[in-house]
Amino acid sequence: MSEPILELHGVNKSFGPVHVLHDVDLAVRAGEVTALVGDNGAGKSTLVKCIAGIHAADSGEVRFRGKPVHIHGPRDAADLGIEVVYQDLALADNLDIVQNMFLGRERGSAWLLDEASMEQAARQTLASLSVRTVKSVRTPVSALSGGQRQTVAIAKSVLWDSKVVLLDEPTAALGVAQTRQVLDLVRRLAEQGLGVVLISHNMADVFEVSDRIAVLYLGRMAAEVQTKDVTHGQVVELITAGRSGDLGLARPDTAVV
Amino acid sequence: MTQTPTAPSPNTAITDFGIDTTTMSTSEAIRDYLSRLRGGQLGSLPAVLGLISLVIMFALLSDVFLSLNNIANLLAQGAGQTMIAMGIVFVLLVGEIDLSAGTASGVAGAVLAMHYVENGNLLGGMGSTVFIAFNAVLLLAVVLAVLLRVWPGAALSALAIVISVSGLAANPWIEMLLALCVGSAIGCITGFLVARIGMPSFVVTLALFLTWQGVILQFIGEGGVLGISTSPVLNQVANGNLSLVASWALFVVGAGGFAALQLGQHFTRLRRGLVTKPTPIVLLKVGLVAVIGAAATALLTINRSPNPSIEISGVPYVVPIVLGLLTIGTFVLNRTRYGRHIYAVGGNREAARRAGINVTQIRASVFVVCSSVAALGAIVYSSKVGSVDPQAGGLNTLLFAVGAAVIGGTSLFGGRGRVFDAVIGGTVLAIVANGLGLLRQSAAVVAIVTGLVLLLAATVDALSRRRAATGAR
Repeated sequence: MSEPILELHGVNKSFGPVHVLHDVDLAVRAGEVTALVGDNGAGKSTLVKCIAGIHAADSGEVRFRGKPVHIHGPRDAADLGIEVVYQDLALADNLDIVQNMFLGRERGSAWLLDEASMEQAARQTLASLSVRTVKSVRTPVSALSGGQRQTVAIAKSVLWDSKVVLLDEPTAALGVAQTRQVLDLVRRLAEQGLGVVLISHNMADVFEVSDRIAVLYLGRMAAEVQTKDVTHGQVVELITAGRSGDLGLARPDTAVV
Repeated sequence: MTQTPTAPSPNTAITDFGIDTTTMSTSEAIRDYLSRLRGGQLGSLPAVLGLISLVIMFALLSDVFLSLNNIANLLAQGAGQTMIAMGIVFVLLVGEIDLSAGTASGVAGAVLAMHYVENGNLLGGMGSTVFIAFNAVLLLAVVLAVLLRVWPGAALSALAIVISVSGLAANPWIEMLLALCVGSAIGCITGFLVARIGMPSFVVTLALFLTWQGVILQFIGEGGVLGISTSPVLNQVANGNLSLVASWALFVVGAGGFAALQLGQHFTRLRRGLVTKPTPIVLLKVGLVAVIGAAATALLTINRSPNPSIEISGVPYVVPIVLGLLTIGTFVLNRTRYGRHIYAVGGNREAARRAGINVTQIRASVFVVCSSVAALGAIVYSSKVGSVDPQAGGLNTLLFAVGAAVIGGTSLFGGRGRVFDAVIGGTVLAIVANGLGLLRQSAAVVAIVTGLVLLLAATVDALSRRRAATGAR
């Protein structure tokens, strides 16, 4: 088994009196899709935001390629090669695909952007992911469908020579065909050697694309298992009760807040 | 039993989409444009149509309206508020509003006039208490700009202190620079209150609207008037004309530059296989600008004086001033990182923040841009009137400027708009005021009609936005 590219050890996070994450450990390996599952309020999105630098973790250690790192903002995470595709997409509707993909990291000098180079790079990235779903890379995002927006958001995350991509519920609002597209894209990211974290509520999606499953239960990491070693039922039990047979949190009362 | 899907079939889902296209034929482009219109992306089309119908209407109702003298006069009348509107476009783009831009420009105009009238002795003009307060506020602006890291704002505010304290003798260029600096200092204060403190821009600028009105009154005094028409340069800004040679040179530089930029860019993009508009449409656009420019220049270089003993001809100075500002503003918004970030903040503030854009800085800086440009507008309208009185920048100045931006197609909700919108909208409002004036309509009618035009524009904005929202699935 390869060394994890991103490791979290004992991460804690509170919002005021609410203790959202308790000593969470997580390992993300290159070339694998790690599914992060859990019930509503289990802390999945918070964990992703801690990794992305949107929230600062209260305590705990983050290791990137074996070396401890400190992530204080979105820029730090981006510099390491950690990209996040958020549930609410974080695209600006009024900008076109190229402008969105390069937002915050435009090419060219500050006083004269290099539109040509950005447009070519955007098209290459979309082509490398076999995305043929957009008519023109100069289409404003407001004119795209949900699946196309998700595709753009994911393509944006791989544009930066990124190492780890975190996807927050990428298929939540999509139809069947569009979900298919996005899942194919997720698989392709892993095949390109990226470490992929997929947050999802949909067990079918999780079992289809993931290599490993990490289950959060009330802010604790209940289990981290190989997808092939578990069944649907076990994962659902882990999500709802925090344990399933030998798997999961040792004593149920520790999980009760 | 589960398995890892190793060979997903990629061809299943992409049948309902086309492939990436870079060029469209002319007919495709026209169809695409029409479908975008139906989808609610109207841009400045309603304003252009309104402009044309207004011109036809007034030309039929008044025989003076289309006279050369009136057209030149109209340009100078509308220039000041159009320039303020250009600044306001920046603020509207991030989804904020600046109600204080009008009176802020009045403050800049009052300081300009006082510097001229008192021959640079602001201390004598204001009295020591007010002078100290004035400089303290400028110093505050410097500090706030530094906290916001809006360096140009800090530099200009500091320059205002230098000019004010050094008491340099009256010089029209120094006075104009001082007005710009005062405007930018005002913007630093507004920007800090909105972006850093987090107050709604509506409340902040409403309060400042009243405050600056009081400041103007304090500077000029009840019933006072500061005349600036005795300065040849200050008087010429809005009342002077380019010489015949310079008028045609302006045409060559303006239309030629536009053509060179458009065509150069178009063919470079075409060669590199990037997304382009169809060549005929680009050529049509360039040709249209050249023809309109040539016609306007030819007409404006004819002697238009109603009095046979004096000759008035040439393009008014306000035309190159407005065109220059338009060029700079358009370049900044479309081609620079700063402009891109303004659009991003207006389109989706959270997305901008997550992309690592300093949202606070961008939101503060647009107020600095707005007030600075408004100060330039103040130079023009003060020059037109020839004096600055306590009402400068008050009354309808601001509403006309906001109206101009909105009528042109800039959205009040942020993210959509161009500096060019302000020019179209400003022209519409200038025509309404000028035309109704020629028809000897009372101020009441002018106000009512202007209000209704603005209402119409806001309605179009809201409806097209709703349409765009439902149209995008």
